[in-house]
Amino acid sequence: MYEGIVQDLIDELGRLPGIGPKSAQRIAFHILQTESFDTTRLARILTEVREKVRFCRICGNVSEEETCAICRDPRRDTSLICIVEEAKDVVAIERTREFRGVYHVLGGAISPIDGIGPDQLRIAQLLQRLADGSVTEVIIATDPNLEGEATATYLSRLLQQPGLRVTRLASGLPVGGDLEYADEVTLGRAFEGRRLVD
Amino acid sequence: MPTYRDDAVVLRTHKLGEADRIVILLSRQHGKIRAVAKGVRRTGSRFGSRLEPFMAVDAQFYIGRSLDIVQQAESIGAYGAEIAGDYPRYTAATAMVEAADRLTEHEAGTQHYLLLLGALRSLARAEHPSGLTLDSYLLRALSIAGWSPSFGDCAVTGAPGPHSAFVPQLGGVVADAVAPPGAVRLDAAALDLLGALLSGDWVAAEASDAGTRDRASGVVAAYTQFHLERALRSLPHVDRSGPVPPPSLVRAAEEALAEGSPV
Repeated sequence: MYEGIVQDLIDELGRLPGIGPKSAQRIAFHILQTESFDTTRLARILTEVREKVRFCRICGNVSEEETCAICRDPRRDTSLICIVEEAKDVVAIERTREFRGVYHVLGGAISPIDGIGPDQLRIAQLLQRLADGSVTEVIIATDPNLEGEATATYLSRLLQQPGLRVTRLASGLPVGGDLEYADEVTLGRAFEGRRLVD
Repeated sequence: MPTYRDDAVVLRTHKLGEADRIVILLSRQHGKIRAVAKGVRRTGSRFGSRLEPFMAVDAQFYIGRSLDIVQQAESIGAYGAEIAGDYPRYTAATAMVEAADRLTEHEAGTQHYLLLLGALRSLARAEHPSGLTLDSYLLRALSIAGWSPSFGDCAVTGAPGPHSAFVPQLGGVVADAVAPPGAVRLDAAALDLLGALLSGDWVAAEASDAGTRDRASGVVAAYTQFHLERALRSLPHVDRSGPVPPPSLVRAAEEALAEGSPV
């Protein structure tokens, strides 16, 4: 245990996700011992991020405005909605530069064991976006884990309506990997989703 | 290097750090195991998919100071995909693994492992309606834990049944002479169904109607909650309705549309 404010700093850092006591101590001493470290700037950004950042009124993505930059962009195809679990998934898909539609952030995945059911996610807002019939395709891009698959199953059942195409991201072998190291579940999915080679 | 190997069912997982998970498993010989699975959240993980909930694995663990470490995992029952592909089955399986997690808090037991494995396999193969599978699992798991309910003879005096008063605190149905005022009364059809679920008589259980199943599931939930001392978080989310979406969501969307409120 350190005295006073040093221990307070370690305790506060240790409350962040993924940072244990040792990491918290290392970060605290980096802040203390590195003269060039701009603590004022860090403190200001931490304060501003809580004050300025909110969730987009339309899609639930993080934004500094009432609506996010993607929803404001007139070049985006609003007939195509990609459903993701978290705002960080939007960033991952945007990095591909393949998708020109808009997003809908659910705010998590259905996990009854954690007390999260459909009512705890932004599904009612999704249904409202689909109500006017202008959306022609919904791409379900929830995580390829058990909760993500169950959420996709629930959504695909819920979204069955005329004129709306519901698709799920493909899953299979990672690019750059060796086939022999693929597990049987992933390899099985890759076989299921095999495509015709022209 | 101190290691051990065992067959186990994955009950639940928690994210840990950048790419790891804490995996909680119910094993055949070592009871409940809490172990770290390193790097399994990366898409290139060699055994990440085998350590998802509802998967049965043959795993090797390195004994750690507080948590063990998963070194290898081979699949012996891949039930996750089939279960997650059907929402009612997914919610039922989640309630089952939560109950297994709570019931094995302080005890090891091969019986608990085998019961859960069989129930998940049955759910994955859609052998019976998922709600009945869940209720049967809960009654039998509680019986293994020493809280076997009585649905025939009086749980207090042993007086031969049938009795209609059901009191979870007293261990099942009780004779009118010992039933407290206001005790829940069950009809013969519900008692027959509960007995069938406890004994695994699936022909009788599947012959029951929807109303009887509803009453029986309420009894099972009350009995489970009493013995586990607090409710299972998953139970209110169990979908016994089939292909119809929960009305609350549809209602919320309809109300929002009617009011013209922002999305």
